[in-house]
Amino acid sequence: MPTEPSAERGPWSLALRRFLRNRLALAFLGLFLLIIVFVLAAPLWANHVAHTGPNEEHTVEQITVNGEKKDVVSVEGKPIGPQWFGAGGKFFLGADSRLGRDEMVRLMYGGRTSLLIGISAALLATALAIVLGLLAGYFGGWVDSLIARTLDVIWSLPVFLIGLAVGIALAVGGLKLGPLELSSGSLWNPILIISIFTVPYIARPIRGEVLSLSRKEFVEAAIAQGASPGRVMFTEILPNLASTVIVFFTLMIANSMLFEAGLSFLGAGVQPPNSSWGTMITVGVELLRIQPLLAILPGLMIMLTVLSLNIVGDALRDALDPRGKARLDAALQFEAQPAAKPLGEATL
Amino acid sequence: MARFVVRRLVGMVAVLFAVSVIVFFVFMVVPKQNPAQTLAGKNATPILVKSIEEEWGFDESLPVQYTTMMKKVFTGELTSYKPRLPVSDRIIEGIPATFSLTIGAAIIWLFFGLLLGYLSAIRAGGWLDRILTGVSIAGISLPVFLLAPVLIYFFADKLEIFPNGQYVPFEEDPVEWLKHLILPWVTLAVLSIGFYSRVLRSNMLDVMNEDYVRTARAKGLSERQVMTRHVLRNSLIPVITLFGLDFGATIAGTAIITEVIFSIDGIGNYAAEAVAKFELPPIMGVALYGAFFVVFVNGLVDIAYAYLDPRVRLGESAE
Repeated sequence: MPTEPSAERGPWSLALRRFLRNRLALAFLGLFLLIIVFVLAAPLWANHVAHTGPNEEHTVEQITVNGEKKDVVSVEGKPIGPQWFGAGGKFFLGADSRLGRDEMVRLMYGGRTSLLIGISAALLATALAIVLGLLAGYFGGWVDSLIARTLDVIWSLPVFLIGLAVGIALAVGGLKLGPLELSSGSLWNPILIISIFTVPYIARPIRGEVLSLSRKEFVEAAIAQGASPGRVMFTEILPNLASTVIVFFTLMIANSMLFEAGLSFLGAGVQPPNSSWGTMITVGVELLRIQPLLAILPGLMIMLTVLSLNIVGDALRDALDPRGKARLDAALQFEAQPAAKPLGEATL
Repeated sequence: MARFVVRRLVGMVAVLFAVSVIVFFVFMVVPKQNPAQTLAGKNATPILVKSIEEEWGFDESLPVQYTTMMKKVFTGELTSYKPRLPVSDRIIEGIPATFSLTIGAAIIWLFFGLLLGYLSAIRAGGWLDRILTGVSIAGISLPVFLLAPVLIYFFADKLEIFPNGQYVPFEEDPVEWLKHLILPWVTLAVLSIGFYSRVLRSNMLDVMNEDYVRTARAKGLSERQVMTRHVLRNSLIPVITLFGLDFGATIAGTAIITEVIFSIDGIGNYAAEAVAKFELPPIMGVALYGAFFVVFVNGLVDIAYAYLDPRVRLGESAE
């Protein structure tokens, strides 16, 4: 239902009003915040309820459940199932494998890693994309050709496969590239891989928008007043990209988390002793027949996070941009460039 | 047209060159460790490291090393370490399983994606549209690493309707081939069904506002004829383009995870195995052959698209 545009309300407050009216999106925003609280509470739960860390092994231990002694890991190597509060919160969701680590604690700490990588990679990719998009769209000419062609090449690579190869190389040998040096288990490895391979998703639409904004009167006015290119790009054009950037950033977090989970699942992402929801699925799949929850729970967490981000991102787009300028499908405009891939689809 | 094809072919070669350089760069230049050590794995003996060093010529200059590697790729001499087997043999062996998986899944996702998108678009704004939109958003957010374990647990372990993974070659037993592939197909297809239905829906809604649709209605065509002959047909071209790209990307992406979870012995599983064993040559081989396939499909799609839409071949720079 269209709102009457009122004179005293700015575009941001109108957008906020439109967003707040979207109950579904609000509910899923709440869900996303709950997930954040859940992972932030990890140390609290680990220290005060479960009394164990995410990597502490309890192979030959027993716990008292409602006055009854139970093995954490049975003689056959079967981990204990969910105990809920039977053991005072210990092994709330059971143990993760024959190593007898607390699944609930691991789920909370693993979520920290997954979200940290997802958000950092999305931030990095968005920042890179803004700079590249501004340079390409504003300067045009050879700068534009160079950037646009490079993005096209990344776009047409089988990114997941190459990400996998890069991931495994870094996981084994670490990274040494000029001043940049990373150890083999660093979380920066997956973050860098994901952000570099996902830059084109945001950079392409941003470049297109900068291209059209550069021809607007306010930009010409700024140039006529003697503003430097940097000033025009960052103080005149950049604020007008805000809605596109916000929408794509939200969707990129979801995309990056899926990318991370895929890499980690295959052993090319997060390395021990760190764990993420992706690595937890790898462990869980082995025991799918005995304890299906071990594989399903981390997968479910990924799905809920991705789903809430997708819905919130969609609603933000509707609220910020009711006429659909920044629509995700804008990345799918095939007019002259059929080499487009959808977000979230190409990687996983 | 011929000029466009030539230009695309040159572009394809350029992308493949870029892939090979990136993979080479990643393994030879970026890591801190001696590449021979990396190749040999964590617990390699010095003798193995030495032999690998000689085999790959790590003492040579980088361009020479690159040429040697590419020669091996083209002559099929790329071999894995433990056991020493030609990489190309394993990749060729994996093709039937991987193609059965991806082609089957692609047919399913194309059919259901288009069906749901079409229904959603002709009932835009109605309750059916809302339900289908909800279903497709859920589908888009359903990663294979959740769907696959859930399907295996319920349909293979609990209900025992379908076998638990593995691959049976078609020529051995077509019925078993089908039964073994249904769960993996569904796993791979669900995500794309959601995506395709949304893309088709929004394309159709855009096309519905075109003048020629009004003309079609004005000349008295039935709503059904307008929708199928004019709206659907014109909304399909971008979807088909997308399909070509996705199909390539699936083989080099999602299919790997699906193959691992369902223990399907295809190219993806081979790549995952190599990743687990830290073996470079198979990864390099799969990445290059996989890239070749993706780029080839992308190129075909572009050429088909240019054939269908003259604007593409006339002015590629117009964006």
